[in-house]
Amino acid sequence: MKRVSPPYFSTTAGAAGPNTGQFCGHCGDPSDGGPSTASDIHLRCRERLAMEPPRYCAACRRRMKVQVTPLGWSAECSRHGVLAP
Amino acid sequence: MTMQPDLQAKPGTILQTARTQVLEQGIGLSESQLLEILRLPDTELPAALQLAHEVRLRHCGEDVEVEGIISIKTGGCPEDCHFCSQSGLFDSPVRGVWLDIPELVKSAKETAATGATEFCIVAAVRGPDIKLMNQIKFAIDRINEEVDINIACSLGMLTQRQVDQLAEWGVHRYNHNLETARSYFPEVVTTHSYEERLDTCNMVKAAGMELCCGALIGMGESLEQRAELAAQLAALEPHEVPLNFLNPRPGTPLENQGIMDGRDALRAIAAFRLAMPRTVLRYAGGRELTLGDLGTREGLLGGINAVIVGNYLTTLGRPATADLNLLVELNMPIKELQKTL
Repeated sequence: MKRVSPPYFSTTAGAAGPNTGQFCGHCGDPSDGGPSTASDIHLRCRERLAMEPPRYCAACRRRMKVQVTPLGWSAECSRHGVLAP
Repeated sequence: MTMQPDLQAKPGTILQTARTQVLEQGIGLSESQLLEILRLPDTELPAALQLAHEVRLRHCGEDVEVEGIISIKTGGCPEDCHFCSQSGLFDSPVRGVWLDIPELVKSAKETAATGATEFCIVAAVRGPDIKLMNQIKFAIDRINEEVDINIACSLGMLTQRQVDQLAEWGVHRYNHNLETARSYFPEVVTTHSYEERLDTCNMVKAAGMELCCGALIGMGESLEQRAELAAQLAALEPHEVPLNFLNPRPGTPLENQGIMDGRDALRAIAAFRLAMPRTVLRYAGGRELTLGDLGTREGLLGGINAVIVGNYLTTLGRPATADLNLLVELNMPIKELQKTL
């Protein structure tokens, strides 16, 4: 399983930038909010991602296999590889 | 969190009674007395926390017990505990995953390096099957070969044979929470009963393992039910009580439950300490969300004498160094390893 760098998955989901994924790692919705016009649509998601690992692949929205350990975590997308902090 | 300091208990009040009864005589408060603690106004909260801290120092000592927890089997649980993102019955984003033994041993080493004396292996199951029991036996053997740390387990409801096996394998402590008051339990769990939980707890104690039996507060229970829970836990006389605060998880029936007020959480900490003066009272999940950094300090100065270091099972905790540095700052030594059982 290939290992990818965190920016690709964007633990700050919803932020603008070339490395930002298409989907929010917390809720799985489109990073740009989809049809919503609210600019802070993923504000709460960003806050939550400071306290929990992403559950959705930011590239494809697949639910990831997440393993949390006392001092770390990893999240694996079957298509896009393993993400770790 | 700013509170008007009022550290002097007034004569004839519940805090004055608690000072005599709990601090001096070592007798925990009753359910009705605990309710009075939970109803204290904010102005009396500092005095309640101060008293709880004095009780902890007198009856438990100054040491703080540090523990790490890890999930060996995540998600896919057949039970419907309404707070839990690992139930397979809810539309939760948590996927099922098993941790391999080398990774488990590595985590045990990392946990021990923080100064922790307890490493708790947790599985999201109703109760362990043969496959899980074999995995646990293998994990215990590998960890004992390579790491100097007490091993605890939390594997759901046990049969008598499983209790005996875990004790024989050297499991130091077994966790099985009551979670909430008996009167509120059916609102939170429908796939098993309170009595089934008590059965496992009692078997664990009878087998000589230390019982870790905790609470999850902020699930919509009343103050009366919070007092009821503290009294029920006290009656069970567990060695340790991990105190969790609800972190509402997406997809669970309690996902829209608000986060409990930090002052109520601190009142609960004081109340649980005054209910159980000699028990290890551990800060567990949800404290970061409910209490933040300041609350962590207030809790440690208000009756708490143990922490889960680092992350939880599916969510992240404070950095281990933040808690460990705080203990240094507060002059609270970490409890040293004593292999027992």
